[in-house]
Amino acid sequence: MADVNITVDGKKVTAPAGTLLIEACKSAGIEVPSFCYYPNLSLQGACRMCLVKVEKMPKLQTACTTVIGEGMIVSTDTPEIHQARKGMVELLLGNHPLDCPVCDAGGECELQDMTFSYGAAESKYIDAKNHKEEQQWSPVVFFDRPRCILCYRCVRVCGEGMDVWALGVQNRGVSSIIAPNQDDHLDCEECGMCIDICPVGALTSGAYRYKTRPWEMKHVGTTCTHCADGCKTTLGVRRSDTGMEIVRGDNRDKSGINGDFLCIKGRYAFDFAHHEDRLTQPLIRKDGRLTPATWEEAFELIGKRFREICDQVGGHAIGVFGSNRTTNEENYLLQKFARVVLETNNIDHHRTADFPALAAALTGKPEITASMRDVFNAPAILLIGNDPTEQHPLLAWQIRNNVRLHRARLYVINSQPIKLRRQAASFIQIPEGSEGKLAAFLAGEDAAIDAITTEEVSRAAWITLRDKLRGEPNLVVVFGAEIRGADIASVAKLTASIQGAKVVCLGDYANSRGAADMGLYPDLLPGYHRVADTGKFHEEWATVPRAPGLTLPEMVEGAKAGSLKALYVVGANPVEQFTIDPFSFSNSFVVVQDMFLTETAVIADVVLPAANAYEKSGTFTNTCGDLQLVKKAGEVTGTKSDFEMIVRIAGAMGFDVRRLVPFGRGVGTDMGQSRGAQSGEADRHAVWLEANGLEPKMSSFDPMAILDEIQRLVPGYDVSRMNILAGNDQHTTLSSSGPGALHDSKLIMPAQDNLFSSGTLGRYSRTLNSVIENRHKQPAETEVAAD
Amino acid sequence: MADLVSHPDEVKVVSKRFGKSATNIDRYLELDGYKAVQKALGMQPDAIVNLVKDSGLRGRGGAGFNTGMKWSFVPKQSPKPKYILCNGDESEPGTCKDRLIFEHDPHSVIEGVVIAGIATGSHAGYIYIRGEYRYLLEIMQKAIKDAYARGFLGKNIFGSGYDFEVYWHGGAGAYEVGEESALMESLEGKRGIPRIRPPFPAVVGLWGGPTVINNAETLASVPHILLGGAEWFAKLGPPKNGGTRLFCLSGHLNRPGVYELPMGYNLKKMIYEVGGGISGGRKLKAVVPGGSSCPVLTADEIDVSMDFDSMMKAGTMLGSGGVVVVDETTCMVNFALRIMKFYQHESCGWCIPCREGTDWLKKTLTRFHHGGGVKKDIDNIQYLSENMLGRTFCPLGDAAAMPTISIVKKFRKEFEDHLEGKPCPFEKAGVTEPAAVLA
Amino acid sequence: MKFSDQFEARFSDMLTHYPTKRSVLVPTLLYAQDEVGYLSPDVIHEIAQRLDLTELEVSNVISYYSMLTTKPRGKFNVQVCTNIACMLRGGEELLDHCKTKLGIGHKGTTPDGTFSLEEVECIGACSWAPAAQVNYDFHENLTVEKMDKVLDEYRKN
Repeated sequence: MADVNITVDGKKVTAPAGTLLIEACKSAGIEVPSFCYYPNLSLQGACRMCLVKVEKMPKLQTACTTVIGEGMIVSTDTPEIHQARKGMVELLLGNHPLDCPVCDAGGECELQDMTFSYGAAESKYIDAKNHKEEQQWSPVVFFDRPRCILCYRCVRVCGEGMDVWALGVQNRGVSSIIAPNQDDHLDCEECGMCIDICPVGALTSGAYRYKTRPWEMKHVGTTCTHCADGCKTTLGVRRSDTGMEIVRGDNRDKSGINGDFLCIKGRYAFDFAHHEDRLTQPLIRKDGRLTPATWEEAFELIGKRFREICDQVGGHAIGVFGSNRTTNEENYLLQKFARVVLETNNIDHHRTADFPALAAALTGKPEITASMRDVFNAPAILLIGNDPTEQHPLLAWQIRNNVRLHRARLYVINSQPIKLRRQAASFIQIPEGSEGKLAAFLAGEDAAIDAITTEEVSRAAWITLRDKLRGEPNLVVVFGAEIRGADIASVAKLTASIQGAKVVCLGDYANSRGAADMGLYPDLLPGYHRVADTGKFHEEWATVPRAPGLTLPEMVEGAKAGSLKALYVVGANPVEQFTIDPFSFSNSFVVVQDMFLTETAVIADVVLPAANAYEKSGTFTNTCGDLQLVKKAGEVTGTKSDFEMIVRIAGAMGFDVRRLVPFGRGVGTDMGQSRGAQSGEADRHAVWLEANGLEPKMSSFDPMAILDEIQRLVPGYDVSRMNILAGNDQHTTLSSSGPGALHDSKLIMPAQDNLFSSGTLGRYSRTLNSVIENRHKQPAETEVAAD
Repeated sequence: MADLVSHPDEVKVVSKRFGKSATNIDRYLELDGYKAVQKALGMQPDAIVNLVKDSGLRGRGGAGFNTGMKWSFVPKQSPKPKYILCNGDESEPGTCKDRLIFEHDPHSVIEGVVIAGIATGSHAGYIYIRGEYRYLLEIMQKAIKDAYARGFLGKNIFGSGYDFEVYWHGGAGAYEVGEESALMESLEGKRGIPRIRPPFPAVVGLWGGPTVINNAETLASVPHILLGGAEWFAKLGPPKNGGTRLFCLSGHLNRPGVYELPMGYNLKKMIYEVGGGISGGRKLKAVVPGGSSCPVLTADEIDVSMDFDSMMKAGTMLGSGGVVVVDETTCMVNFALRIMKFYQHESCGWCIPCREGTDWLKKTLTRFHHGGGVKKDIDNIQYLSENMLGRTFCPLGDAAAMPTISIVKKFRKEFEDHLEGKPCPFEKAGVTEPAAVLA
Repeated sequence: MKFSDQFEARFSDMLTHYPTKRSVLVPTLLYAQDEVGYLSPDVIHEIAQRLDLTELEVSNVISYYSMLTTKPRGKFNVQVCTNIACMLRGGEELLDHCKTKLGIGHKGTTPDGTFSLEEVECIGACSWAPAAQVNYDFHENLTVEKMDKVLDEYRKN
């Protein structure tokens, strides 16, 4: 768009035509205050704080609703304007309870800031304030009505942003009040966006309220540990008896791939970290019972047994099960541990999507995986399968807001009437299980049309749709786990056939993609490099077994048959996830690293208390392939990161850990593993490091050394380190990866989590559980016009 | 059914069919009904717009914008349908004129709507009547039905090949809906919150289509202009203030009622001659010249011409034609309070200054009138009103501020007489309960 | 939820008047209230369903308009105007009289459910003040005595 020149406070400002005056001012570093204006939400003109003087206009104008015009001369700070704003603040404070000393928002309240700026310090009123009682709308949403200034941000973000429409305005005039959809409580997705966007302390979080003052927290920007979308989150942490407690989650600086967005899990479900059942000391089975032990005892025992098995039977008698929620560095380290230390390819993880097949299908193709940002900016999106509203809340947010703000065309094809159909330009329901045929048809295989032609959708309609899709340059194709194996090639073919089109494969957990990329497969090394093929990993590590190892079901069988002598489970609960008979492992030595005594941990011989992703550093790769930093925020004394435990076990086996973690090899910075939000951590590490004659400056427990190796060896991960460390997302590509592989589709088991569940983490989150209990009934989806 | 009055000075244009059973379509036809629309069908749209422009017809709802000019803002080509919206949400305190039009001459409104439609290239019109006027809505429903039955509405009206639909719509009690953009919201089934402008309704209005919104009296004037000509209409009033107005005389008058007088009629004459003077021979204290939103005039200020421009010069507004006459026995603090109570009740609550300002003013005035006032309250009432003036989302804030500012300014002494626990000097002892004096 | 045939006929007719379903909402609510007496949860649910709205949206609209109510009222709703034109001619005294006579306050309902009382804003009867509306009927140029007669007439019905 053409540029428009205006003058603001004597300063020349140029902005594209159509820019709002308030934004044009912002771009020139001139802040025009506002309560009701919020970028990307509909305009209100309600708070009257952004009044400015525009020459030739008789009255003061609202900068939030004024579109700039050529030659416009604007003043944003005259005595008249100052008085107008001061008057507004005075009026707001009139009925406001002024309970700042006990208000959650105190210290980060826009009304406080505005009062401070405009000096509305004198009370002009002597009459009684209007008062209304506080309400609790849900376990996590409280509404302190008198604090509300009626900026309508909550109403808009819930409706326009979330497409939930659970909030409205009741009554009129001074009685106007924000009201939830069920009389005095909410029936909604509990995303907490309303709380986050509230400029004052009217909407507060049940998880955070009255816990602390904002300035008493440290704020750590990291990546959410729940679903595979990888929202950036800022964790507010505070010192507690047992380390550092996480007391709040929000995306404080509105940066990253999610901007304003967080879902219920990202916002509240960090409390699993402080669950009373959290393991805080190693347990060793003695006389049939898991008994507390010291770390030294535990590592010694594991090292000894693993060494014995390796020496006596060979590493192939040990199975390793990795995690979807450990960092890339830990995953990489774990498979390297299996291959280099144990010398086995017996490594697998809970697969929720067929990334290897996608890697295979994209071999030799240009870089056609879409980032989460692409989903928000693409002119058109095709969504096949999955229900992102439930399983990929951020992806759903990006899709909805792309449609709303950029008028993107959304095509939804699903066996269920998923909620995103409301934003769809076209929604087509297909028989369950026919997603593969659909992909084949869209990729050009005309014979597949029979399987998807129904009474509702004719052949002609399918052909029309396919033609339409082919005419959608820069389309982003998003598909769920319904499409696996060879069918993925169809999706890749469709994508490659459309100019500029890109693809997203949906996995389920925070680092499912990372687990796949880092080679937690019996037949694939990091970067989908087949174990049988020689290459840089073989050169670098010297010893890599070339024969594919055992898959998880094969390991279970091996344990039953007695050929698998030991199982090393890191951050996973296969017994529960795959409903495995726990007695299968009766004769195996089972080591489990976990936060809780899970179904798998209870049958273990050694259980090591693990730190979770909020308590360590490293990187995560979201389902789109966006690489992001994970930073240490919380800490629970008595736990260790999986990274450290793997290194210690290798050390206890008598392995030279320098071969496992190439620390000191060109690495100059510390990712912060040894310097979390708290101090003193580094000292504890130093004890072990010094005892082992290691350089304490760059420790072997610091994931940076492994990130270095990952970036060197894993295709697609050679992204800007500076950007990663600065907290920015960097898109990795699959197209330059290895050949991938076609796996048995049965090995893929989607997590089936919804908005309110999150595997083990969800089970131990009191907040999530309280919300689930509070939802008396599954909300009937109401049909309202989506706009 | 409201009583009709008359006075020799009246010039009956809009009211010419009042009391003549013109709700009956045959009777309406006998009284020159539907001639104007047929004439319009033979004219170029621009010619109609210019005719109305030249007639000097200005919005009778209160803002006084040139009607023809308003029509000319409607784009000729529009991808979305264009609409005519008749504002019959008459709610301005002191105003009861549209009520008489709907009651006595509903077809004239329909005819005005159709002519506005022809002039702007629209094919549908809505007549919005406030919810309290249920009997008028029924009269209008019948009138529309009768007009359809005659082929005056619907497809191919009067065999002209032009299609025009007219629909009725009823409100449900909200003064704010009288504001044109809030009126559209209400018609669309929403809360009556005004819209951000620009875009103006003439460009983006009902359901996104260009929309002309005119007051019922304005539209009822249009057929007369078509038949009588622009010049005739313009000359009824002073320059740029064409035609007549239905003035609703109320309050302390001997002969209150709705009178149709030429624009520019002298206010003093209106009060003392047309309205028969102050009841009981008492003295005049103040006049609300055009509905409660207008600054009040004192007894010394009433020798003015009742047209838009002269009233503006006199520091007030012609407004909606509601002339409320206040005699010497009235407490102006109480009068200001009653006005503020109204605006506080009717504020839509959307923007801060109006929502909070009207409430604090009502609280302060209530306490003040009841003897709990302190000296700084007087300045504070002024300060609060000035903070609202020109800064609210829609004109309701101004409407609340303007009369208040004028009353405080012109009757400051009455405020001072209420101070320090003194009972209201105008009320019988014991009527108002003394409020505690707050420090 | 069952409405009268007349309601249904008018409702279907009104739906054809507008490009969006929602546009019928305000008049429909008032007509529904006329039949049921108030906008009960059932009525809200029914109308929301018919117009593809949430109940929240419908109740947000209801709470905006002063004629709409979610609480039952008496058979005859006596609405006394006290706005300026009526106030100057005894509107407030008239309201006080009604309060005493009916034994109820603003927005109150007599125990027998016959009358409700409401102080209302300008009803467009300024030149015939003071005025009151009983349900939709206007009563103008009232005095205390005339008001008594009016109320007595309704009581008889």
